[in-house]
Amino acid sequence: MADQQEARPFVFSEEQRELRAAVRRFAADNADEQTVRRLMESEPGFDPKAWTRLGSELGVLGLSVPEEQGGVGGTLVDQAVAVEELGAALYPGPVFGTVFLAIPALVAVSDGPVRSELLGPLVEGARTAAVAVADRAGAFDPAAVTVQATRAGDDWTLSGTVERVVDAAAADDLLVAATGPEGVALFAVDAAAGGVERTALTTLDLTRRQATVRLTDAPARLLAGPDEAERVIGHALVVGSALLAVEQVGASQHLLDLTVEYAKGRLQFGRPIGSFQAVKHRLADMLVDLEHARSAAYHAVWALGDGSDDPALAASIAQGTASEAFARIAADTIQLHGGIGFTWEYQAQLYYKRAITDAALLGSAEQHRARIARLVLDTASGEGAPSIATG
Amino acid sequence: MSTAADSSRVADAARKVVQEHDPTSVPTREFLAACFDAGLSWVHFPEGLGGLGVSRGLQAVADGILQDAGGPVPFALNPIGYGMAAPTLREHAQTDELKREWLRPLATTEHIWCQLFSEPGAGSDLAGLATSAVRDGDDWVVNGQKVWTSLAHRARWALLLARTDPDAPKHKGLSYFVVDMKGPGVETRPLRQMTGQAEFNEVYLNDARIPDAHRLGAVGDGWRVAMTTLMNERSSIGASGSRRGTGTIADAVALWASRPDLHTPVLEDRLTKLWLRAEAQRLTSERSRATATVGGPGPEGSVGKLVGAELNQQVYEFCMDLLGPEGILYDDYTMRDMERTDDWRGPLQQRFLRSRANTIEGGTSEVLRNILGERVLGLPGDLRADAGKPWKEIPRG
Repeated sequence: MADQQEARPFVFSEEQRELRAAVRRFAADNADEQTVRRLMESEPGFDPKAWTRLGSELGVLGLSVPEEQGGVGGTLVDQAVAVEELGAALYPGPVFGTVFLAIPALVAVSDGPVRSELLGPLVEGARTAAVAVADRAGAFDPAAVTVQATRAGDDWTLSGTVERVVDAAAADDLLVAATGPEGVALFAVDAAAGGVERTALTTLDLTRRQATVRLTDAPARLLAGPDEAERVIGHALVVGSALLAVEQVGASQHLLDLTVEYAKGRLQFGRPIGSFQAVKHRLADMLVDLEHARSAAYHAVWALGDGSDDPALAASIAQGTASEAFARIAADTIQLHGGIGFTWEYQAQLYYKRAITDAALLGSAEQHRARIARLVLDTASGEGAPSIATG
Repeated sequence: MSTAADSSRVADAARKVVQEHDPTSVPTREFLAACFDAGLSWVHFPEGLGGLGVSRGLQAVADGILQDAGGPVPFALNPIGYGMAAPTLREHAQTDELKREWLRPLATTEHIWCQLFSEPGAGSDLAGLATSAVRDGDDWVVNGQKVWTSLAHRARWALLLARTDPDAPKHKGLSYFVVDMKGPGVETRPLRQMTGQAEFNEVYLNDARIPDAHRLGAVGDGWRVAMTTLMNERSSIGASGSRRGTGTIADAVALWASRPDLHTPVLEDRLTKLWLRAEAQRLTSERSRATATVGGPGPEGSVGKLVGAELNQQVYEFCMDLLGPEGILYDDYTMRDMERTDDWRGPLQQRFLRSRANTIEGGTSEVLRNILGERVLGLPGDLRADAGKPWKEIPRG
């Protein structure tokens, strides 16, 4: 996985297959359903010791961090392999805040002491992070920034409120976009510092928590000035969108496997319900949606790595496809399980809530389609249009 | 597995053909004959039979060079021949001599091929077909009616599936033959479809004689042979354009771009959804090509056929809804035979009507969902009323 060379799109290397197996074993040991349920109903919502092992022993939290920044110098595909398996297990941990957004943002920041200081502990799983940047449909909009930055000499303080920040309640570091005298910049705030108030929110998906972050003259350190903040945040959002899509694929595959097994074993009218075409055809449609989401998500992580596609378009294709697929597959999982699928005790509800949450994060499928329309339809040519019979 | 050496061998052969037989100046048949002789018709076939014995994936290397130089897309000229007959003949014809005898004129398009499978009484349940083949000395005598046969009126040869044992269960009593379409007892009549054209035919077989040497596979083993043909058919129908935005979706996008006066937000999202689905399917085809470890088309071809067929319909439904009242005119319902296989790409309204067949031909979407459910997901089959029964005792109608 330290292989710098970008392999052929869609073809995983032997190392990547081993990585997948290792993360799957970790998830089986640390995120079985019972553990997930216990953690989601206790504080801080995940197991910090397991998180540290994920970072230090398995080393899968910052796989695409370049070697010169202290990482293993893998690719985004390596990171995606780990994310897919964590998604399949519904792993409760600050994957979204730390792996999807904070680490990619820090990697994109120009070299500096603050970055080096933050990146290492995040990659090792010693600390966790949340990114307090309100996105507009998975893209950065400076006009949506609600925090003000004030400078006094070399020191900065931030004031303002950011609503619904994923993984913020337990985070050690907050990356915050704030408007200063020269424009929007990206800052690092130690969550334990004075002036930082976090209000945990009860979320639809208890395995993916949120908090409202209120900053009152909170001490901050500059990470990316106005000259590069937009690029840095944009990069993080695009990488985050691609990784989120891969997580959606991992969870969808888990649900399809679960539902197929159920349809084979559940007997009604003296036969397995999977032998009825009404059930079988719904499962076939789930398979098609999953295969499409997988192709779109993998394309995005490969294209972001090798530059073979417009990053924004690739990310929107992935999110537009995977958000809808996961939500539909999760809903169909409940439907095909019948009554048991609607109970608290059965796992379908956990995945359904993750599906609805993931679909809403970093832009909905509808918002990504709107972006695709701007990128593709608005630039299309009418040349070669079919003739129209005129009677 | 393909190697770099194989790849350059294919590329060298293709460049040599193009150099010695400039496709922009020599007749198509001569060019395609040169391709066959150089082993570029189906690179994974054995040498001497239109191939080089290399990985199937390297066909793209050959096609790229040949077509960039202005060469034809042979599949478009002889679709049943290239897509279905060739792999079936290569695998099942009785002698290498016969293989060569059939494959070379097939490759040059001198001999067009068609397939005699569907019958009025056997569509999705193809294995229930009734056309009979009875052994008579060294020959078989065939009687029955086939339907939905494209290109029958131009075909020199046909792939035929017929019943040789009515007492056996339906899948066990079939045999597979090659029929001379110009021989006695074979009558072809055009079949008019809802577009007004006759793209397909009915073929009546009255005491048509086939030499036993033209049987493919063992007597009673026709179903297995037919599977070679059908899996190839699905993967060829399911193969979508390899560049983003090509294929049927290009029609809708170009029409959209040419008619800004008709844009509405609701229609825009509908078109974007279609574009996204076409793109996801294109990436899926790319992924399945990249990860294919074995040469033959598998059940994943069924995903492409299922999605492609439904997308075609939705694309043209979108175009019609965009045009509104302008769309409800037609060019010409005069009955006419289809001379070229791409004639259906006429005016939009004709493409719209034609797309209704996409979810029926080459495996209905219902059957394809069964295949995905049973062969890919491993779900149990439906209860069958005809299981194990001798074919002649199965109710038909």
